[in-house]
Amino acid sequence: MSTKPGFDLDRPWRLDERVAVRPEPFGALLYHFGTRRLSFLKSQKVLAVVTALDGQPSARAACEHAGVAAEELDLYARALAALAASSMIAQRAVA
Amino acid sequence: MNEQTLVEPAQQDAEETLAGAEMLIEEVSIDGMCGVY
Amino acid sequence: MTAGLVAQFERGLTAPICLTWELTYACNLACIHCLSSSGRRDPGELTTAECESVIGTLQRMQVFYVNIGGGEPTVRPDFWHLVDYATAHRVGVKFSTNGVRIDAPAARRLAASDYVDVQISLDGATADVNDAVRGAGSHEMALRAMAHLKAAGFRGFKLSVVITRHNVSQLGMFKQLADDHGAQLRLTRLRPSGRGADSWPELHPTAAQQRELYDWLSAHGEKVLTGDSFFHLSPYGKPLPGLNLCGAGRVVCLIDPVGDVYACPFAIHENFLAGNVRQDGGFEAVWRDAPLFAELRRPQTGGACRSCGFYDSCRGGCMAAKFFTGLPLDGPDPECVQGHGETALAAAGLEAPPRPAGDHSHRRVPVTIGRRPPRRSCDENPLAGVS
Repeated sequence: MSTKPGFDLDRPWRLDERVAVRPEPFGALLYHFGTRRLSFLKSQKVLAVVTALDGQPSARAACEHAGVAAEELDLYARALAALAASSMIAQRAVA
Repeated sequence: MNEQTLVEPAQQDAEETLAGAEMLIEEVSIDGMCGVY
Repeated sequence: MTAGLVAQFERGLTAPICLTWELTYACNLACIHCLSSSGRRDPGELTTAECESVIGTLQRMQVFYVNIGGGEPTVRPDFWHLVDYATAHRVGVKFSTNGVRIDAPAARRLAASDYVDVQISLDGATADVNDAVRGAGSHEMALRAMAHLKAAGFRGFKLSVVITRHNVSQLGMFKQLADDHGAQLRLTRLRPSGRGADSWPELHPTAAQQRELYDWLSAHGEKVLTGDSFFHLSPYGKPLPGLNLCGAGRVVCLIDPVGDVYACPFAIHENFLAGNVRQDGGFEAVWRDAPLFAELRRPQTGGACRSCGFYDSCRGGCMAAKFFTGLPLDGPDPECVQGHGETALAAAGLEAPPRPAGDHSHRRVPVTIGRRPPRRSCDENPLAGVS
């Protein structure tokens, strides 16, 4: 059974350096200076996941760090997949 | 196993993947604000 | 746009997401629908240092980008310096221009910068349609600028068109023009603002043309930009891409050449004046504390539109369009697709609508490109005849 490529939670991820993060009461605004795309993060928790990415060994670890429960992981993975699709986040090079 | 490290959209296509994520993120063009030239 | 997020934005944000900044009222053209009634420089325009201070504030507030316009912003001697200053301070720039100063070196300079975008204004795909609105020679000037941008490898610059009764038939040609130059097409709504207040009756699209426009925009999706200026057309069907709400004083605003802060560039009138960047606390204090903005950020009930089933999608339309056609702000848009605006206009009586504030128009209209004899020599040179 072939599977569509999903979001790899067990790789290290990072925010693209051309992205500005602006915290807001509802979560955050992300603006990519290269693509001119604007993303709204609609909760404090998803903002916490995104800002944790750089410093965690994997996206899964960043989710855990931000308090994402196991049953929510799928939803957050899909959110991260959308951010990756619009170049807001990218995989970190493995040293 | 490899499959377990990936979140499988399985029967979902890309559009549905993004639609599910709409609860957490939403995207708009920076040109999408009224009141700017 | 989900309802929850719409409500968030209508309550306003701690900083604009982006904003319009008119750098000067000076302009080489005299377009008959100019929203800022531009032409002649104002003696009180912000100095270079004051502009730099505004940019510093925008950086601190994390405003993502400014759309610099005017008048014609490139005629300011410090224009290029200010663009560089903004991008060096993490504020993205898109500037609107009629193309007058976009020569080959300028185009190359722009193509080399990652954080600067260009928007060429054009209101007719052919010179006859365009120049009737923007003046003789302006079509040629815009196309020359576009050719330079294309030759310099600047992909994705914007070709920005204001939709009028006379250019709706050229939608396909505009798209072709943009495609031919590697540019992105942008269509925006004509508002009865500035000189547009006088040309609105014969320039604004008919109801049938609006429908045609909506269908065309829907078919092109995100490939054609709109500046979210057609959210009043949402009742026709699926909303067009964008926030689909009035951003004035909530997520966007205008800074004008003398530092006045208005809710929106289409609402240059004292009723929509929030303050001035020269006052204590500067732009930041105006955005956060102006009573006008607090009023705009209060929940809107819909007023007379409340009983219409489409209010949720059209949000009552454009504040500026209502104001300058003399309609009440808590009622239908003059171009309401259900026809409620037409009914309201007919019932409004003969009282003249409010006039735009300030008029920096050239003393003679129209101004044509190229030599013309000045009526007085000081029109060409303010120091003429002074020893």
